[in-house]
Amino acid sequence: MQSESNISIIDTQEPVIKITGLKKGFGNRVVLDGFNLELKRGESVVVLGRSGSGKSVLIKCVIGLYKADEGEIFVLGKKISELDYEGMDKIRANVGFLFQSNALYDSMTVRENLEFPMRRHLKNISPEDVEKRIIETLTHVGLAHTIEMMPSELSGGMQKRIALARTLVLNPEIILYDEPTTGLDPVTGKEISTLMTETQRLYNTSSIIISHDMKCVQRTADRIAVLVDGVCYAIGTYNELERSNDEKVKQFFE
Amino acid sequence: MKLPFYINNFLSETGSISRFITRFFGQLFHPRYEIRQFIRQCYLIGCLSFPLIAITGFIMGLVLTMQLRPSLIAYGVESQLPIMVSLAIVREIGPVITALIFAGKISSGIGAELGSMKVTEQIDAMEVSGTNPFKYLVVTRVLATTLMLPLLTVLSDVISLYGSYLGVNIKGHTSLQLYFFQVFHTLQFSDVLPALIKTVFFGFAIGIIGCYKGYNSSKGTEGVGRSANAAVVISSLFIFIIDLVTVQITDILGLN
Repeated sequence: MQSESNISIIDTQEPVIKITGLKKGFGNRVVLDGFNLELKRGESVVVLGRSGSGKSVLIKCVIGLYKADEGEIFVLGKKISELDYEGMDKIRANVGFLFQSNALYDSMTVRENLEFPMRRHLKNISPEDVEKRIIETLTHVGLAHTIEMMPSELSGGMQKRIALARTLVLNPEIILYDEPTTGLDPVTGKEISTLMTETQRLYNTSSIIISHDMKCVQRTADRIAVLVDGVCYAIGTYNELERSNDEKVKQFFE
Repeated sequence: MKLPFYINNFLSETGSISRFITRFFGQLFHPRYEIRQFIRQCYLIGCLSFPLIAITGFIMGLVLTMQLRPSLIAYGVESQLPIMVSLAIVREIGPVITALIFAGKISSGIGAELGSMKVTEQIDAMEVSGTNPFKYLVVTRVLATTLMLPLLTVLSDVISLYGSYLGVNIKGHTSLQLYFFQVFHTLQFSDVLPALIKTVFFGFAIGIIGCYKGYNSSKGTEGVGRSANAAVVISSLFIFIIDLVTVQITDILGLN
């Protein structure tokens, strides 16, 4: 295990996400108080923390849904705070976000849900390519038969898969998962975790995963960052952190 | 000096709505223009509201005629019935009642729809998908309500006058041609235009308040219900305030 102060980058590979000294608060409440993290290409980092500790706020700052109060966030080499709306859009085309609530557009069919980001981000794509990508992505998540269905006709697990398909349809380099297995039964949760690891292998993505489902964490994490009191309290592999004697780290593995 | 809670809350809400309106005008003229979504909203907001507005307008004209007749008979001016009804409908009752019905149907619908999208993170998802959600959801809806309400009011006025014609014929006989001759002979440009102009403001108020309440919805499903309810209450109140202001303005301009 390494504490935050002991982090040292051994390899020379440029991280796809680099967060330094991130601070974010709402009113008088400080949520993130100098958070640091690096995500390397092809890596999967799980951010572990208690409910309300600011895990979702962290990834929403990364994608630009929240503006950081202080600190710097670099995504694919670009400093988020210096980007205008168009610059941010280009970054977002390469960063997928899987929302905790799935956030499928309930007035659109599955096909339209997948078409929507493509029509917005990929202006010159032909209708044939759109169709091809939709079918390919839905086949990858095992739900090609739901293409004309409405989100309300799908189960929670199926909605999660469709939400993942909507994220993958743009072939992103990075995927941010916000509690991907929350609210799912253990079997479906396992299926989603497996799908996430398969996706990472097939699409060669890097990911930050917000979770407190320890089975999902064990299956998906290359490294785990423990978020306590707004800072990255500890970081290491699952086995390293599981053996930790630190009370604040141990509580997650008991 | 610390202001009482309700005054503080009122001022804060007024400031937020003002910022929301400023943001609307700021985004209105900047590309990208969401034409397809705007046309879709015009259909959903305008065309699908027509049956309700038509039924309400018809009943309004019929009932107003039946209620006015005994009073006019008492004063011996029954022949003035089409004139009285047409003035009342075109100048005041038509625009206000249509706007209130429209607010009840549309403002609450927009408040609930956007509120639900907000709490289920669909608005965030839209932003991540490379879409400006304010432009896609708010600007298109507000433009649609602003454009559709005057059109619906004109249609409602015509249907009300037809209802009134049937009302006149319940206890008397007047031909359709004679009835509408009397109506159009009475109505002046200064009766129609101010009434139509105020419906543009009614439509804008209904759209912007519905969108504001929905877009700033919070506290889960309870918040969605509150947004829908507040959207109807506040937009109905605004209709009367705008009506009061426009009556004063037309009075000052000598159009009454």
